[in-house]
Amino acid sequence: MNLPKSVARNMCLAIPGKIVSSEMHSGIRVGRVQFGGIERDTCLDFVPEASIGDYVIVHVGFAISCVDREEAERSYEALEAMGLLKGELESEFENS
Amino acid sequence: MKYLDEYRNETIARRIVDELGRRTTRPWVLMEICGGQTHTLMRYGIDEILPRGIELVHGPGCPVCVTSLETIDKAIQIASRSDVTLISYGDMLRVPGSHSDLLHVKAQGGDVRIVYSPTEALKFARANPDRKVVFFAVGFETTAPANAMVVWQAKREGLTNFSTLASHVLVPPAMRALLAAPRNRVQGFIGPGHVCTVMGYREYERLIAEFRVPIVVGGFEPLDLLEAILMLVTQLEEGRAVIENQYVRSVTYNGNLLAQKVMAEVFEVCDRKWRGIGGIPDSGLRLRPEYSEFDADRIFGTEGVTADEPAECISAEVLQGLKKPTDCSAFGTRCTPENPLGAPMVSSEGACAAYHQYRRLAIAGRANH
Repeated sequence: MNLPKSVARNMCLAIPGKIVSSEMHSGIRVGRVQFGGIERDTCLDFVPEASIGDYVIVHVGFAISCVDREEAERSYEALEAMGLLKGELESEFENS
Repeated sequence: MKYLDEYRNETIARRIVDELGRRTTRPWVLMEICGGQTHTLMRYGIDEILPRGIELVHGPGCPVCVTSLETIDKAIQIASRSDVTLISYGDMLRVPGSHSDLLHVKAQGGDVRIVYSPTEALKFARANPDRKVVFFAVGFETTAPANAMVVWQAKREGLTNFSTLASHVLVPPAMRALLAAPRNRVQGFIGPGHVCTVMGYREYERLIAEFRVPIVVGGFEPLDLLEAILMLVTQLEEGRAVIENQYVRSVTYNGNLLAQKVMAEVFEVCDRKWRGIGGIPDSGLRLRPEYSEFDADRIFGTEGVTADEPAECISAEVLQGLKKPTDCSAFGTRCTPENPLGAPMVSSEGACAAYHQYRRLAIAGRANH
């Protein structure tokens, strides 16, 4: 159940990811959410409007907002253009 | 597509800084509340490229840093029991209690585990009915709905081996306490983008009415923060004090109503003691009486635990934006992330740890050129 230290460490951090699937588990809607090349189970109950292909902002395994696809990609493109995206994902999901 | 072009363009950051330089006519002291924002500011050296006179001070928005000493002591006491599995977020293990920390409890055979999400703690409780599973739930409004959700689920499922040591804190009361303090220097706030994603920003209007201080809700990327700083300085220079939202891709005025609903179902507002700062009225969340069967504090009889905070470091002043981490004589010598004297050196969101990680390298880098 342990995840890399750096993932558990940043409690304030919430990052955008893309929903690739969703199903019900014990009455809760749980989605697989993709962050770059990494996927995590994410509770989608706070974002009923979100569907597969949408981007959500995820914090401690819960999606807390649904972001516009253009907005989410805009962030990534901006970071990529600045050469920052690689470092950002490594720091969040290293060793996974 | 204004933002698209700006974000694609590497020179935008410089342009924002240039614009800031044009608009700034006198010194301003700005505070970012959230430790995640502190981390970004340090990591990208944003404070160092701002026009002279714009000073950033770092706020108390690091949950690991402000969790009270007695709460850590309670967690240590509970985790030391052989029938308990105590589960929390990573950095809580290294936060110094009065005499020990959770990592030592673990090293001595205590069952202490780290999770990324509280749902993993719930899963563990379901799968291990013979263990008393305690989730050590800290965090701001961003984290509270997730922690509330698992308690709500546990009640619905009738789980009897799951409980939570809940010590949530709230941002607006802490801002009020900072603004009301006689030594306050803060003239404008970068609001916490993920707290506001959950709560919206309605609550902040009252602070503005009371203290006439501009607040700009900001995101967490370098350009988010630069833009928020520009919006704040513009307000200050024009003599305005309103709430503005820079982090529009995630934050709405009312926030996430479903997340707020589950929080309100499980938690109620209470007075809370903040490490390094002291008691702040109505600044915490605790379990409602209807959920007392999930209250680890009650179950394990730790309600009476108290602790006096030693004058170990200057974290109180750091957390209130009165001093910088580098003002501390122990910084980087007797106090390091490996051997922290105070909580802000533990978490990557803590101002001291952020300075230690990024500012020391920058200083060393300059020395080498």
